[in-house]
Amino acid sequence: MTRTDTLAPPSNADTPTPQQRERAVTIFERSVRGRRAATLPPSDVPERPLEELIPQRLLRDGDAELPEISEPEIVRHYNRLSRRNFDLDTGPYPLGSCTMKHNPRVNERVAALPGHAGLHPAQDPKRAQGALELMWRLERALEEICGLPHVSLQPSAGSHGELAGLLLTRAYHEDRGEERAKVLTPDTSHGTNPATVTMAGYEVVKVATDERGGVDLDDLRTKADGDVACLMLTNPNTLGVFDENITEIAQIVHGVGGTLYYDGANLNAIMGWSRPGDMGFDIVHVNLHKSFSQPHGGGGPGAGPIAVSDRIEPYLPVPRIVRAEGSNGAAPRFDLDYSGSKSIGRLRGFQGNFGVFVRAYAYIRSLGGDGLKDASETAALNANYLLARLREGRGGKYMPLAFDRLCMHEFVLSGAPAKRELGVKTLDIAKRLLDYGFHPPTIYFPLLVDEALMVEPTETETKESLDALADAFEEILAEAERDPQILLAAPFTTPVRRLDEAQASRKPVVRQALE
Amino acid sequence: MLEAIGVASVEELFAELPDDVRLDRPLDLPPGAAESEVVEDLSALASKNADAESEVCFIGAGMYDHYVPAIVDAITQRSEFLTPYTPYQPEVSQGGLQVMFEFQTAISELTGLPVSNASLYEGPSSVASAAYLAIGATKRRRLVVSRALHPHSRQTLETYARGFGAEVVEVGIANGLTDVDQLAAALDDDTAAVFVQNPNFLGAVEDLEALADVAHARGTLAVASVDPIMLGVLRTPGECGIDIAVGEGQPLGGRLDYGGPSFGFFCATEEHLRRMPGRIAGETTDADGRRGFVLALQTREQHIRREKATHNICTSQALNALGGVIYLSWLGKRGLVELGELIVRRTAYAREALTAIEGVEPLHDAPVAREFALRLDAPVRETLDLVAEQGIAAGYGLGREYPEYEDGLLVAITERRSKADIDRLAETLQGVVAGEWLVGDGAKVSDSETTAPVAGEVGT
Repeated sequence: MTRTDTLAPPSNADTPTPQQRERAVTIFERSVRGRRAATLPPSDVPERPLEELIPQRLLRDGDAELPEISEPEIVRHYNRLSRRNFDLDTGPYPLGSCTMKHNPRVNERVAALPGHAGLHPAQDPKRAQGALELMWRLERALEEICGLPHVSLQPSAGSHGELAGLLLTRAYHEDRGEERAKVLTPDTSHGTNPATVTMAGYEVVKVATDERGGVDLDDLRTKADGDVACLMLTNPNTLGVFDENITEIAQIVHGVGGTLYYDGANLNAIMGWSRPGDMGFDIVHVNLHKSFSQPHGGGGPGAGPIAVSDRIEPYLPVPRIVRAEGSNGAAPRFDLDYSGSKSIGRLRGFQGNFGVFVRAYAYIRSLGGDGLKDASETAALNANYLLARLREGRGGKYMPLAFDRLCMHEFVLSGAPAKRELGVKTLDIAKRLLDYGFHPPTIYFPLLVDEALMVEPTETETKESLDALADAFEEILAEAERDPQILLAAPFTTPVRRLDEAQASRKPVVRQALE
Repeated sequence: MLEAIGVASVEELFAELPDDVRLDRPLDLPPGAAESEVVEDLSALASKNADAESEVCFIGAGMYDHYVPAIVDAITQRSEFLTPYTPYQPEVSQGGLQVMFEFQTAISELTGLPVSNASLYEGPSSVASAAYLAIGATKRRRLVVSRALHPHSRQTLETYARGFGAEVVEVGIANGLTDVDQLAAALDDDTAAVFVQNPNFLGAVEDLEALADVAHARGTLAVASVDPIMLGVLRTPGECGIDIAVGEGQPLGGRLDYGGPSFGFFCATEEHLRRMPGRIAGETTDADGRRGFVLALQTREQHIRREKATHNICTSQALNALGGVIYLSWLGKRGLVELGELIVRRTAYAREALTAIEGVEPLHDAPVAREFALRLDAPVRETLDLVAEQGIAAGYGLGREYPEYEDGLLVAITERRSKADIDRLAETLQGVVAGEWLVGDGAKVSDSETTAPVAGEVGT
């Protein structure tokens, strides 16, 4: 089943869309002197000149040039901007490794309850019992899902969890009187992994990938020595395949005294099926904004709690959430514990991204254990179905699977044949997909796959939307056979067309010049 | 679907999971719940918290109970802002990218520094990120911090510094302010950066220019953590010669949210642009010459540069930063100044009203802007508990993080704290310090637990 040509989007730029005719105007350019939105409470205390209260030389000279604009104009401005975004609520967003699953609105409702949203983080724990109990419950749920006995919710995102993991690794080795210099990362790893290794003061050593897409065991054995502090791994990895040798990998790394770190970006594939702790991992980070439905917000907020084994527990960040059983049938009491002489310390202010914890907890509470397992199952079903559809017809010819086996929740295609035979790059296919109303997959990652497309549909998509996505790919490749120029010049229907990214880096303009 | 895939059951898709790592039982979690049950469950938890709507909140210490205008929620809850990923496809992300560009402009205006990124996680970790930049830029490995820098920032910096292989040295406080002589003495030729805060943790307004001068005399970078709301009235880091200004963005239209999510901001002088952490939006043009925005300078970032990246951050706090720029537009040029002036005046009033109480002294007499520190002639913990019984959160006890100020209390003022609220706090505090609220025949309360309000009943 393919679409008819009449449904195909425009394939030339002759007639700009209304949005394209609308020039981008910033809120600063809408500013008109004297306009305003806010009304503030009247002053009810003596109106003393400021310089009587703070020495003049410590006071600001000229005003910050913030916009002068009315409330309706602010609302119109940002509504107009919002329509220049593609979002998950508009259509499929199969961005690999990003887990663009539906964001249930009930989570927003419970996060906005005044008892959550209005709670000061330095409130006395005695008067924040509900928040501490929620965090305590979320910690226990994540322990069960990860198969590890201790959790800290503190890290603010996956990358922050990774940094925590390597600082924990450092503390663990130093406590045993060992100094180790190297951290192993597979060549398929997320860019955050090697960047974190450097920030944590270690040296990156790359491990090769074998012909099945897993860690090359021979290469691992060669590189695993007494100077290795840790191996950072994603499983299923960024190729979407589960590394069946995980137990042996764990033995090799533990055999030389290293820790095993699990990048939880792909946890959505295995919830309820397999647990990182059972695979031998010592430290896991969980992206609450991926597997646990916190909205991505156009680049955050997220949260990256970490789960750890017993031997890592003494080093966890402080404060920890603790629970004391009530005596004589009284309710248990929750508190923040700042002790922990071996702790790596704090990773940020206060207790973490609590609003994200509320949403993640509401999600886990909604689905329950069985529901989480169903979610992973459906994610794998959707990915494999979409893969099967894409292997039919032109997809199989021009964008073959990089590693030919069943996938988990995502898969990686190589657009190398399309580039070779049709003269269109993966980038061009992605840009044309925008005209068809789909967000493209992750492209050019992982790096070891030539012209990579990394596709993760998540459990959110229906069979109908997967079929429509497969049809769009098929039709785009047909267009490429007919007239590759269409793809090379795409997109045609988006608010702006291809942008000059080189110019933005060569001569960066990163703020508006104002009077 | 299974037929198309060529398997007989969904279980077959998981056939490659080896038996020894397969979970052979259901997850031990409560069963799933209906939406109504989830709301009931979480509402019950929320009701056990004493929030800033149910009591009068004078707690600050880095996050403040400001009014959040309705348009912030209305706009940030729109699907088009709430549900996209990081703008990797700029043609369909112009809304989010332009928001970043506007945010960078607004924050740059506030701090008086020419370049800003599009947000980091939050305040204290932004301080640590500034250290990473400073070490890279100076090739030095010593970090000197003021004891008047937020304790969470100092602790976070200590944590990160072990990864950076850097030494952290602390300099003391003299009458509420960073001790400039100690600071000068603490610097050496291996010092990468000096870290101060304005207003500092004790509420005092620092002389940033003098501190920056001391740092620059040794070729050291000056980093200031600043309160964005007070930049409407206080001299900007840029004017004071600060090299890097960072801070906690929550006061700019962010909820308290028990500490997050909020956002951190990061501004610097032009020379540090290519070492900045995090996303940065830049202006450019499209194939037809239209104005547009993209992620600029991506060669700094982890997804391109991997182990050579200037930071490891990926997901940041874009939605909270959007809230910040909406808030700043709502306040506008005059509103920010008026808000700052109102807060400074009410803070002055509150400081006078509270220090007029017998048994309450100022902890320092340096100028303050929105928060001030007191010394109480009464145990702080017990005092806070007793004042809380009257539906008032009086402030932040300094004892845990500053043992030298065991009797210290930090009180914060916002536009939501009226003169009447302040008078009520003064009256209540006076009663407590004078012993009026002490139980029985005037004996000191030994176990504060017994007099603490029952959770969930606060303010009702």
